[in-house]
Amino acid sequence: MSFVKLTASALAIAAVSATAATARDQVQVAGSSTVLPYASIVAEAFGENFDFPTPVVESGGSSAGLKRFCEGVGENTIDVANASRAIREKEIKACAEAGVTDIIEVRIGYDGIVFASDIAGNSFEYTPSDWFLALSDQIVVDGKLVANPNKTWADVNAKFPAQDLQAFIPGTKHGTREVFEDKVILAGCEETGAFEALMHANGDDKKAAEKACISLRTDGVSVDIDGDYTETLARIESNKDGIGVFGLAFYENNTDKLQVATMGGIVPSTESISTGEYPVSRPLFFYVKKAHIGVIPGLKDYAEFFVSDEVAGPDGPLSEYGLVADPELVKTQEAVSAEAVMGGNS
Amino acid sequence: MSDTSKTSLLALTPRTKQRNAAEKRFRAYGIAAIAVGLMMLMVLVTNIFSRGTGAFQQTFMTVNVELLESKLDKKGNRDLDDIKKVTTFGYNPLIRDAVVAKVEELGIQTDLKAKDLGGILSRNAVGQLREFVIANPDRIGETIEFRFLAQSRVDGYLKGRVHRASIGNDKSISPEQLDLVDQLVDAGVIVKTFNIDFITGADASDQRPEAAGIGVAMLGSLSMMFVVLGLALPIGVAASIYLEEFAPKNRLTDIIEVNISNLAAVPSIVFGILGLAVFINYLHLPTSAPLVGGLVLTLMTLPTIIISTRAALKAVPPSIRDAALGVGASKMQAVFHHVLPLAAPGILTGTIIGLAQALGETAPLLLIGMVGFIASNAPETLADGLLAPNSAMPAQIYEWAKRADPAFYERAWGGIIILLVFLVSMNTLAVILRRRFERRW
Repeated sequence: MSFVKLTASALAIAAVSATAATARDQVQVAGSSTVLPYASIVAEAFGENFDFPTPVVESGGSSAGLKRFCEGVGENTIDVANASRAIREKEIKACAEAGVTDIIEVRIGYDGIVFASDIAGNSFEYTPSDWFLALSDQIVVDGKLVANPNKTWADVNAKFPAQDLQAFIPGTKHGTREVFEDKVILAGCEETGAFEALMHANGDDKKAAEKACISLRTDGVSVDIDGDYTETLARIESNKDGIGVFGLAFYENNTDKLQVATMGGIVPSTESISTGEYPVSRPLFFYVKKAHIGVIPGLKDYAEFFVSDEVAGPDGPLSEYGLVADPELVKTQEAVSAEAVMGGNS
Repeated sequence: MSDTSKTSLLALTPRTKQRNAAEKRFRAYGIAAIAVGLMMLMVLVTNIFSRGTGAFQQTFMTVNVELLESKLDKKGNRDLDDIKKVTTFGYNPLIRDAVVAKVEELGIQTDLKAKDLGGILSRNAVGQLREFVIANPDRIGETIEFRFLAQSRVDGYLKGRVHRASIGNDKSISPEQLDLVDQLVDAGVIVKTFNIDFITGADASDQRPEAAGIGVAMLGSLSMMFVVLGLALPIGVAASIYLEEFAPKNRLTDIIEVNISNLAAVPSIVFGILGLAVFINYLHLPTSAPLVGGLVLTLMTLPTIIISTRAALKAVPPSIRDAALGVGASKMQAVFHHVLPLAAPGILTGTIIGLAQALGETAPLLLIGMVGFIASNAPETLADGLLAPNSAMPAQIYEWAKRADPAFYERAWGGIIILLVFLVSMNTLAVILRRRFERRW
């Protein structure tokens, strides 16, 4: 009876799964969707050039990746977390509690954050203040803090066209959001003088004032995008007034649909980011569990290959794709080969 | 005579007229509903096919590569370890020179630098070349004809996705390169042909959309379906036979019944969370493995199979059981010799529909690491297929749809076509099985 056969095959599968708990032989990576394209380029080249299997790279956002990274040590946890921001104190603590103590921090280069809108629409030349005035919860009008009354870009800055305010910004699980808050909104907050007003309102508590600065309006003008940049692009395609926040590499692959806005008069490009002229850029990182080196085959080779000159250098494939090469790459290479952990001297 | 003879003697009362009109209206509603449904389907299918067919064609360029010994095997002793030390980056100049040589051979005038000339080809070319050299080290020194993929922008240009007007800010391609491409197309060096690699190949990184294929993900899906079929069918059938034929009707079986129906309605992501907690964190099964995916999908498919199997068993008339029992068969003989064969078509139909549902599922795979960049090679053995990291077709489509390069978008639609072909054939099989074997009483 076929039923008997099926039961037999089910048992066979169960037997296979019993032997399954053998060593994992591929590197397992997760984290920032901004780092994902770079990591996948490296993973592919790694698989081509080494006898190790191609590493598996998942995305999901920096915070999600670091959370999984800090779940513990062992083959059922990931080896590498990609992040578009530095690891936080809180996360290091969570890691330590789960037994993940020796973490190797590797900075792979810099990435620009650009503001782009539909190619056929108006072009913009922003300053951080414009973004603060457009999106902040509270702004200063005539010396008083009021709920943000701006409806169009012309309200924000007289030189802009009267286009409805609509911004698609990365959601809070993305590392990009933090950079956007720090380098654009907070900078704008200080430029416009709202920071002092908020300091005053919060009883000279700097932390509270900063928090008030970056709290964004919730009336639908600013929309959090929790997905990837493709979702932001799709939103702009359906709402031509929208301005989106993208990574430089994403914009460069979609120049036929998007036009980029300048920030402080500087056009974003790998050059203007590497010289530091373009203000909104951030370093990209990946974090390696030292405890997994030597256990997971190829983990150290992957980390070394990632930061090698051929890959992450100024003429490598990563920089071709849009990564701004780190001028201190040599230091990073040395640190990786010495397996230097965070907060330690070893 | 007047023509009264032609009219019916039956005089419709206003009430009858009203009823007839209501029926007519109802039929019209029905036809309208079907028309709307068909129209939606038409829009969907034309949309998918108009966007996705491009993925089945790819642009290739034929060049002659001189496998320079000075670059590939400096010591000249054909030692495989030495040859392997040359990374793909070392192969770049060979590819570049090959394109330059081809352009010169055809007598095409161009101001482009060697780097830009080489840029017409896919970055996959170096990998392809290195693989060839490692497989055939004895051929170093020869000049060999290769057919390489053209880079995605060139491919897009030939497919009408990339236009001269839209590349003003594009770093990856220049109008001069497109001029050269036009001439190479005229010379027959660059051709657009059917691309079997899309159906058989593995995923590729963001820089090489032209090289990405869905084949390995298809094998991943297949392995998972194998697990689902091997586990869900016997477990599901055994559970439903017991519940339907043997179990006493009491409060306990009622609770089980309610729970099974409930389970069928649980969102699939919940099974993913369960899979992560039980199979990976507790049982320490490998992440990203189709085996775990299959186990998770088994949990998801089980209720569907149990419900359809019970319905099929219920549909077998009690007279058949009674007759079997009447001539002295045991309960088990009655079930296995008479009821189960008659219920088999219904069970199979339910199983196939459950499998088709599982085949299109992405959400639970997200949590067990099967969604991401998993450019594995095709598995060689069955155990490898179950345990080596792999993706699945819907996961691969999702992954492509969110990548930056628009060329991946085309591949996502191409992947949808393949997935649809699978789903349609599975559902057709289910219909055929039902038609052919179903018995009505």
